[in-house]
Amino acid sequence: MSRPNAPGLIDARRRGTSPGDRKRAREALRPARLRTSDLIRLGGYGLRLRPLRAVLSALGIAIGIAAMIAVVGISASSHADLDRELAKLGTNMLTVSPGKTMFGEQATLPDESVAMIKRIGPVQSATATGVVGTAHAYRNDRIPAAQTGGLSVVAAKLDLLDTVGAELSRGVWLNEATDRYPTVVLGATAAERLGTGPTVYIGGRSWVVVGVLQKVALASELDTSVITGWPAATTYLAFDGHPTTVYTRSVESQVEAVRAVLGATADPSAPSEVDVSRPSEVLSLRRATNATFTSMLLGLGSVALLVGGIGVANTMVISVLERRSEIGLRRSLGATKGQIRTQFVAESLLLSLIGGAAGALMGYLVTGSYALTQGWPTVVPPWVLAGGVGATVAIGAIAGLYPAIRASRLAPTEALAAA
Amino acid sequence: MSSVEAVVTSADADDGHAVAELVGVSKSYAGGVAALRSVDMVVEYGELLAIVGPSGSGKSTMLNLIGTLDRPSSGTVCIDGFDVATLSDRQLSALRSRRIGFVFQQFHLAAGRDALGNVADGLLYTGAGRRDREQRAEAALTRVGLGKRLTHRPYQLSGGERQRVAIARAVAGDPPLLLADEPTGNLDSVAGGGVMELLHELHQSGTTILVITHDREIADSLPRQVQMRDGQVV
Repeated sequence: MSRPNAPGLIDARRRGTSPGDRKRAREALRPARLRTSDLIRLGGYGLRLRPLRAVLSALGIAIGIAAMIAVVGISASSHADLDRELAKLGTNMLTVSPGKTMFGEQATLPDESVAMIKRIGPVQSATATGVVGTAHAYRNDRIPAAQTGGLSVVAAKLDLLDTVGAELSRGVWLNEATDRYPTVVLGATAAERLGTGPTVYIGGRSWVVVGVLQKVALASELDTSVITGWPAATTYLAFDGHPTTVYTRSVESQVEAVRAVLGATADPSAPSEVDVSRPSEVLSLRRATNATFTSMLLGLGSVALLVGGIGVANTMVISVLERRSEIGLRRSLGATKGQIRTQFVAESLLLSLIGGAAGALMGYLVTGSYALTQGWPTVVPPWVLAGGVGATVAIGAIAGLYPAIRASRLAPTEALAAA
Repeated sequence: MSSVEAVVTSADADDGHAVAELVGVSKSYAGGVAALRSVDMVVEYGELLAIVGPSGSGKSTMLNLIGTLDRPSSGTVCIDGFDVATLSDRQLSALRSRRIGFVFQQFHLAAGRDALGNVADGLLYTGAGRRDREQRAEAALTRVGLGKRLTHRPYQLSGGERQRVAIARAVAGDPPLLLADEPTGNLDSVAGGGVMELLHELHQSGTTILVITHDREIADSLPRQVQMRDGQVV
């Protein structure tokens, strides 16, 4: 029979294994690179084969990322709120109160302590309140004496409001005239408990309510106080005149220096019987107690992320098993082992990135809605978003690598026979 | 019909290379099964031939070796002038991507891709750009008579049409060698006849086609038959 001769039969290349042939083979048989756009499409193609499975395994990653971002975001939002609050309140307030004597009795501050503290250079203002231990406030004269409602009667200097940063919610503050007569200003909590009557009953007489305070963040003890003028307390309630809390404001940069001398200035004869504290620190510490809770949630988040990663790996392993004939076909079409490997790693990366992006969005929304209910600003630090993306990519790569290597090692003939 | 030995001699004599050349090729699998025993065969450019034999005769092994999907245990396999034994796995992949087109009995079409996508994806590993791939895919589909079925998914096509898509995928890159493994095995006789007609047409326009089949009737309809039995050419 006659066999047709094709053009190109006489060719420079010849069968053989000389070094020259090998070089020619190297040049002629260089596999083409897969373009990035093609690679992304290949990854997406695999996911579209089994959309539900892709969604479910991306969900694992999403929950992990969402949990971590929400935890960090909520804590950051809380801190942002605290910072905002402190910026408003100022962190330069120090309070002085009597501690215990050597014998464990309640100490007292000297009457002159406020005047002495005012003489410390960087101190901008100082004022005092004194608890009237012998008197209690009642709604009216019908209330049994034991029902004090947890409120205390406190005598205050007129400059209290400016120093502690308190504001009135209604009425007026005491003045030079009213602080000599039976008039009171109620703390916010005290006002709730004593009702909205025009008078309250203290020490056997009615006192006129002239004003009510808003909540005081840096001096929350005032919230449960019924505040009278200093002279009035002395006149009507047998107040001993000893200050029980001295509030000071100092130059911001000198707060620590003032703090160091405050005890000795307030009571030079017994500096050790004086307690000095910085309410803004107390406020910070109260928020900081949430740290253990935060790290526990972070731990839970990373467990969720780990489980999500295992889910992705599982999906990829199954995908490789199911798609053996596709792998065989691609090998027959000229895909190298490396290209098969890259395809499955790309698929895994895409899967976890989708999960990560959804998780970041969910985490942001959770943070936002929680912050909204708390009245906080929504803050999600950029580093946590970057960390989330980084973790996602790492998980995708690790989870996809083993299945991808398995896919690439499949012998083409075996893979094709699997169909 | 000339004997295999004569073919080898003539190929050596004219100092060129054949599209596929097997010299003393044996293949045995783990467990000592000898699928091929010292096979010599040459396929020249422009041929249309059948490798025919009953199952177990070694014709699938021939397909795997000529398709460079597998390597021989001994002997030399040269495809388009390249000695397979000297090539790395990467180089073999590159060889397949540009020089060999496969048509399978089971079509191996991607269910989620339309006809155009399936054919275009066949060119993915040639390094062609997406636009270029789609243009060539459309041309190939037109060539196999499916110019009006570009956006049909495999499930919307008949068996014969699916195999035409697979053939379009195999010839879209204009490979020097087209390997068809039982191309009519999953088709009824009418669709199978259509596919064989298409292969003849492609052959007429210059493509070298090697059909592997157990069907004597199909083999006899081709210009040349290589008969196999028990791992040997008879």
